[in-house]
Amino acid sequence: MEEKNLSKFEMWREMKRRSRRATWEQMKKCRAQYLFMAPFLIIFTLFYIVPVIISIVLSFTYYNVFETPIFIGFQNYVNLFLADDVFLIALKNTFIIAAITGPIGYLASFVFAWLINELPRKLRSIAVVIFYAPAISGQVYLIWGIMFSGDAYGYVNAFLMNLGFIDSPVQWLTDPEYIMPVLLLVILWMSLGSGFLAFIAGLQGLDHAQIEAGYIDGIRNRWQELWYIVLPSMKPMLLFGAVMAITQSFGVADVTMALCGFPSTDYAAETVVTHLIDYGSVRFEMGYASAIATVLFITMILSNKLVQKLLRRTGH
Amino acid sequence: MAKKVKEKKLQKRGKHLGRSSGGNAAIWVVLLVAAAFMLLPMVYAVSNAFKPLDELFVFPPKFFVSKPTLDNFTDLFTIMRQSWVPFTRYLFNTILITAVGSVGCILVTSMGAFMIAKGTFPGRNLIFKIVVTALMFTGYVTSIPNYLVMSKLGWIDTYWAIIIPAMGMPMGLFLSKQYMEGIPDSILDAAKIDGASLWHTFWHIVMPLSKPAWITVLIFSVQNLWNMRASNFIYSEDLKTLPYALQQILQGGVARTGVGSAVTVIMMVVPIAVFILAQNNVMETMASSGIKD
Repeated sequence: MEEKNLSKFEMWREMKRRSRRATWEQMKKCRAQYLFMAPFLIIFTLFYIVPVIISIVLSFTYYNVFETPIFIGFQNYVNLFLADDVFLIALKNTFIIAAITGPIGYLASFVFAWLINELPRKLRSIAVVIFYAPAISGQVYLIWGIMFSGDAYGYVNAFLMNLGFIDSPVQWLTDPEYIMPVLLLVILWMSLGSGFLAFIAGLQGLDHAQIEAGYIDGIRNRWQELWYIVLPSMKPMLLFGAVMAITQSFGVADVTMALCGFPSTDYAAETVVTHLIDYGSVRFEMGYASAIATVLFITMILSNKLVQKLLRRTGH
Repeated sequence: MAKKVKEKKLQKRGKHLGRSSGGNAAIWVVLLVAAAFMLLPMVYAVSNAFKPLDELFVFPPKFFVSKPTLDNFTDLFTIMRQSWVPFTRYLFNTILITAVGSVGCILVTSMGAFMIAKGTFPGRNLIFKIVVTALMFTGYVTSIPNYLVMSKLGWIDTYWAIIIPAMGMPMGLFLSKQYMEGIPDSILDAAKIDGASLWHTFWHIVMPLSKPAWITVLIFSVQNLWNMRASNFIYSEDLKTLPYALQQILQGGVARTGVGSAVTVIMMVVPIAVFILAQNNVMETMASSGIKD
């Protein structure tokens, strides 16, 4: 009887209250589940969520670790984009690296996964190890430093000089003209990472009955099979691989620092991350470094969302 | 059994459908060239590590070793014995960090993944969404605030600074959760009816069933921790890790070329060996790794 007299607004409020109470009841019932979740949640919050928030907050301050942070509004961002030429170089380099190694590495991961999947089982396992090894073998990329070493002992120099292509050794890792191509080569070399594994696994899990049905329906060769059956059914892996590729290609730093020095000649190998390391761990300008980190964070999330949207659309 | 055999047959036939021999030959050529490129630095590193001194500096440089020797490895141990923190200490640190961190990582991420995949508590979808977002940015973004968090916790210059954050690996939770979704609910319901506690269900049912998932997490965790230089959080020489010590050796310059190669080989052997041993489990897990709409 009473409920008839309630106005629409009050009814809505009552509903809300009830659903909130139901949620609360549900939460109380799940106490054990929260306990199970707790270790991960605490660690994840402490070392992933809280730092991102701190980073965003600090980016609006001047902070040198020793004194308390001073709020300075958007000054760090203004300086970053208007007064810091090196940052603009770093941004340009990062985008070049991401735009080239991201898509090529992604494509290569898929193509090689697809080709390897055609091999007999034993050979396939060996091939997976060979192609995946560069991504996991620690600092073997330092070997490229010896290969591209600037003196005549560098293999590439020795090789080219023997063939008579060049007369004197090329400074591959210190001449700004050659730094970027060499870097791209090395980064691509190690870009077959977890995305590649996901593709291999996805291909192995394909439904063979479906493929056979496809051939009955008129598919004639492996290209059509790839296009009409394999790609559509691998969409979740393709999304996962894309996330991995983007995260990797924007985070390049160790390779450039190890091969081209830190800082590199004319900042030709400076990336957003090395710039961040420079201000964070060398100059201790934490506010400024946090602004760089925040820019990087937003760039990565946005490009991930964008690429995911594109990939989702292609299947339809 | 009969079904399995039939499936095998189907697979065999499926493999040969629509494959031209010209295309097969092209694939072989492409794969061989690419594999050679991928292997080049590894083979070189191994070959260099076994080169005697005169071969290391011969001109023009030779790619393969002609008179292999173990000198570089014995030299490595001699140098390490002379350093004021014994080599075994660095080795011990890295092994300790890798072992404790990886076991903890498996436990923590599996428990979390179990709850997100099979739990009923409010908020689990939100948590999972945030974890997926965390896959999208590199650790560098959080490196500075992480230092602040560590120093607030008083963990600077302790093992904890490396071990504990490694346990919250978002990739670990993500992969385990995707895999555990494939565990049939009926098994878990049956356990519940039998009166099994959540922990009992987790330990005796979920963990054995999700072995491929946590072996994969183990691999990623070992790769990560084995290569951890950790120079940010650790200052005491006797807490420093193997990659750090090896980096110091490499900075010794040209005279250390041979020893440096020996070091590189030692560092790369462990992650690759672990991967080879666990490959089948990894493949099974990665098959469920996709991000669904």
